[in-house]
Amino acid sequence: MPEPETIVAIRNLSKVYSQGEIQVTALNNISLDIARGEFLTLMGPSGSGKSTLLHIIAGIDRPTSGECRVQGVNVTQLNESELADWRNQNVGFVFQTFNLIPVLTAFENVELPLLLTKLSRKQRQQLVSTALEIVGLADRSHHLPRQLSGGQEQRVAIARALVTDPSLVVADEPTGNLDSHSAQEVLTVLQSLSRTANKTVIMVTHDPKAAAYGSRSIHLEKGELSN
Amino acid sequence: MKLPIRYNIRNVIVRWRSTLATIIGVALVVAVYILIQSLAAGLEKSGRNTGDPRNLMIVRKGSTAESSSQVNRMQLQTIQYLPQIARDADGKPLISADLVVLVSLPRREGAGEANVTMRGISPKGAELRPQVRLVEGRWFTPGKREAVVSTKMAQRFANTEVGGVFKTGGQELRVVGLFDGGDTAFDSEIWMDADEARSLFDRENYSSALVRMTSPEAAAEFVKRLESDKRLPLRVDPEIAYYSEQTRTSKMFQVIGMFLAVSMSIGAFFAAMNTMYASVGARTREIGTLRVLGFRRRTILLSFIVEGAILAGIGGVIGCAVSFALQSLSVALGWQFGTMSFNTFSEVVFQFRITPQLAVQGLIFAVLVGVVGSLFPAIRASRLPVIAALKVV
Repeated sequence: MPEPETIVAIRNLSKVYSQGEIQVTALNNISLDIARGEFLTLMGPSGSGKSTLLHIIAGIDRPTSGECRVQGVNVTQLNESELADWRNQNVGFVFQTFNLIPVLTAFENVELPLLLTKLSRKQRQQLVSTALEIVGLADRSHHLPRQLSGGQEQRVAIARALVTDPSLVVADEPTGNLDSHSAQEVLTVLQSLSRTANKTVIMVTHDPKAAAYGSRSIHLEKGELSN
Repeated sequence: MKLPIRYNIRNVIVRWRSTLATIIGVALVVAVYILIQSLAAGLEKSGRNTGDPRNLMIVRKGSTAESSSQVNRMQLQTIQYLPQIARDADGKPLISADLVVLVSLPRREGAGEANVTMRGISPKGAELRPQVRLVEGRWFTPGKREAVVSTKMAQRFANTEVGGVFKTGGQELRVVGLFDGGDTAFDSEIWMDADEARSLFDRENYSSALVRMTSPEAAAEFVKRLESDKRLPLRVDPEIAYYSEQTRTSKMFQVIGMFLAVSMSIGAFFAAMNTMYASVGARTREIGTLRVLGFRRRTILLSFIVEGAILAGIGGVIGCAVSFALQSLSVALGWQFGTMSFNTFSEVVFQFRITPQLAVQGLIFAVLVGVVGSLFPAIRASRLPVIAALKVV
């Protein structure tokens, strides 16, 4: 069997926050490889650094030292504008609080990342419709977020995350605000993204049941990998 | 512009409670600006409309208005036989020696008294002013204590309707007709016979003389002739230029309008800023999300500025609509506006005159308030740290 392609390569990654004279180490010398198509869950207690690690991999935070390569690109060396473009093209985000724009419909929310591309209106419409179909919400495309249930909102957020066809989908406690039924639906969608679409999914969670959907789980403790 | 305009428009609508105050504030600023400027435009129009291009106005050198000018009979004798003056079918020169006096008359409904321009005209006076039309009754009879009043003044002053008798100079004058000044300065006057006026007000001299020229070349020659004659300390101006100069009062309206608009816009500017700061505060996580999705800082900056401009623009449109509605209402109800002229110290009447140019100025003014007011909140929005913004509940 061929060796799975490494999509994320982290080497000696550290993140230290300065709060006045006190220094807090969020990540301490982490090294990690994540393969394409893997559904990795990051677990650990609050303050263990799992969200910080996720943010650095996704290019919305910068490490104090070390290197984070995603598909060969050292994201830690990109400037603000390059990072913004890179995120748009390579990463899909799913948040605990869904983070949909309340004044835009489900369709318009999913379309948002595509507005930064050069795709035509028709191409965008096609991609948005496909993404909403994947998450089973094609019939809710003209609903505003407040007209949707929590589970539906999160599925719209997943559609928005995958509409640009990113190689990496990151999810920060995506089931934290959902009832168990909706959580199960969302986790199933994320799992199928990794299994059938070969997307790399990295999910931060506290919930061992949620972590069970992943193909691999790693634990962080005080900024270090514990297993 | 990567973020769709509908995103900004819907945000303005969704937050209507907080945006309403700003919209009303901007609408008020624009309405006040347009209305005051339109009063100035109306006043200016009445001055610009006045006069005939073939006429020249003769007043005493150094006088600022007809009421402070004197042209004596000897000077008139010299002037009236000059060959440049046009003549009627009977060979009589087209010249009117006028006496202009300010009289104080009671307003209608007991609203106090105001100065009114009373013009005594010579027999050719009405012929020289083709814009003036008799609309009711008849012209006054020379030698009789009779007056003809402009319809607009008749609406404002007591006993000036046809058949009315009002007292001035210790004597009674009977109103025998009403005239329409055709939106000129004559709309603010009462006319009577010039010699009767001299007798009534005990004046030796006339105030001014209006002459019709045979041609523009003759007019130039006439001016040269009069100004070079040391015995005639007189100033000659084209009639249109003279009246145009007389409506400098409109400048004061423009200045007041600008001052009021600028002071009110400071309030509106802070209202817009406050609304936009509140909007940025309420949408912090949304801004963080947009940044995460790949929207750049300058897109966020531009988006909030556009939103501020839309917000104020709505106020501007409402302000324009209110002023246009007021103008239509004033036309429908026949409202007149009067002010004291700072040249003649007498009442002048005029109407609103909202021009498309004024409406555009008002809208630009509104959008500027929105852009300036949203600038700092927009900068703040664009500089929010992404992770901190995402964590805001």
